[in-house]
Amino acid sequence: MRKLLTVDTSTYVLSVGLYDGDETLAEYVSTKKENHSVRLMPAVRCVMEDAGVRPEELDGIAVAAGPGSYTGVRIGVTTAKSMAWALQKPLYGVSSLEALAYNGLWSSARILTFFDARRGQAFAGLYESGGGAVYQVEADSMVMLDERLTRLAEEGRPVLALSPDLDKHRELLQEKLGSLLVEAAGPVHTVKPSGVWAASRGRTAEDIHTFVPQYLRLAEAEANWQKRQSDHG
Amino acid sequence: MNENIRILAVETSCDETAAAVIENGTTVISSVIASQMESHKRFGGVVPEIASRHHVEQITVIMEEALNEANLTFQDLHAIAVTEGPGLVGALLIGVNAAKAVAFAHGLPVIGVHHIAGHVYANHLVEPLQFPLLSLVVSGGHTELIYMKEHGSFEVIGRTRDDAVGEAYDKVARTLGLPYPGGPEIDKLAASSDEAVELPRAWLEEGSLDFSFSGLKSAVINTLHNAKQKGEIVDPGALAAGFQQSVIEVLVGKTIAASRQYGVNRLVLAGGVAANSGLRKELEKTAAKEGWALTIPPLSLCTDNAAMIGAAAYVRYQQGRFADDRLNGVPGLSIS
Repeated sequence: MRKLLTVDTSTYVLSVGLYDGDETLAEYVSTKKENHSVRLMPAVRCVMEDAGVRPEELDGIAVAAGPGSYTGVRIGVTTAKSMAWALQKPLYGVSSLEALAYNGLWSSARILTFFDARRGQAFAGLYESGGGAVYQVEADSMVMLDERLTRLAEEGRPVLALSPDLDKHRELLQEKLGSLLVEAAGPVHTVKPSGVWAASRGRTAEDIHTFVPQYLRLAEAEANWQKRQSDHG
Repeated sequence: MNENIRILAVETSCDETAAAVIENGTTVISSVIASQMESHKRFGGVVPEIASRHHVEQITVIMEEALNEANLTFQDLHAIAVTEGPGLVGALLIGVNAAKAVAFAHGLPVIGVHHIAGHVYANHLVEPLQFPLLSLVVSGGHTELIYMKEHGSFEVIGRTRDDAVGEAYDKVARTLGLPYPGGPEIDKLAASSDEAVELPRAWLEEGSLDFSFSGLKSAVINTLHNAKQKGEIVDPGALAAGFQQSVIEVLVGKTIAASRQYGVNRLVLAGGVAANSGLRKELEKTAAKEGWALTIPPLSLCTDNAAMIGAAAYVRYQQGRFADDRLNGVPGLSIS
């Protein structure tokens, strides 16, 4: 069988999972508001020791590579790539938005996953479910949330919205999507370790050294600099 | 025969991604540094978010190079050391989490190291530290006088109350229209000038070993501003020389005062500004006159590097002071 460790720190949720093939060995999820940097390694040790799996027995490590909080994603990616490098094991990077979309695996509606990115912006992905997997309909990107929702409304198909920031934007979603909005109750709005596991299936391993987070947005200083260059160019 | 203790050290507190393998705290087996300076040059200073992004791009590459250059594997290592602070928090987090991950993977202990302790221990790689000693720490982020009575013991007896000396250099250089980083440029310009504009010295209150450089920086800006209003031109070389003279006179003056106050005649210089030729020259002259034993590390060990972190970590290794899985990056970490 195949022992896979999963890591996600792209939002305030910390999620770590350990799987053997299709079976869960251990999962750890916490929404405690404390630095991922402090909690991630204890969580990894916890699931590994609980399952009695030694680091060298892992067959791979999967990590949610973003988008999300820059610092959060970097902590997960740095930890995962450093472990994979040190153990010489395959590293799998998955979209944090795709991992979240797996919470809607049984939905017949399209699945909109998003993380708030302030100033009306959001990191958003659009997925569809089929054949026991979710498929990307449109590439993850940073959008103005209201514009993205207007476009989805125009397409006229039901949309299941999954987001840890749903409460903040519920009114906007209802206003824009109206009866097309499918709301899901229960703890399905944060990335689960099994979502990272599912999204990593069938992926080819990353080049560990060059693997970096999917920020989907330039650093502010970089964006300003590029703008100045083109203004003067 | 004791076993040789080898530590893989990682440093990511600012804009260098560095890794090194150090044996017994004194021998550098390998030391690798990826500098981001070229990237930050465009912005006239280090941009924290961009520094953090570059660290993720480099971290495993640099650790691998350090091991390859040392011709060692994880099985040859006894611990992983990492700078836990002070520094840019996002930058520190990359080194800290990489170190913890690698250590967990191979069941090795982790040692958290204070960045300034590292700078001081760069001298231990030149010749074994002897105590008690004074260290003058001068860099882009720090200006401190440290008293050490033994290994691993740091007492800060003087510190800057505003700008770090390297920061003042960079700001003055920008005012003079010199490229980033400004320290070496001012040093060069000052050395080429026979004249020096008279600028104030910040001695602060009687007996204080603290520093202040913001007033001096303002004096430089005012000198340029006043001349401009009168339609006069200030010779940049003379201004750079005046600035450098004021900085060095205060740094050396406070060090002499500390040496007399603490009865210590061993001085080690530390930090990136230790590369300043004017400061080195003046300290060497003073050491000869005052009868100090003076150590100045080679330039490669003055600027940020991981070898110094490995040297400082060895002391903690011997004392059994290991970090746990919760080790975090601490931007304002205090040394004592």
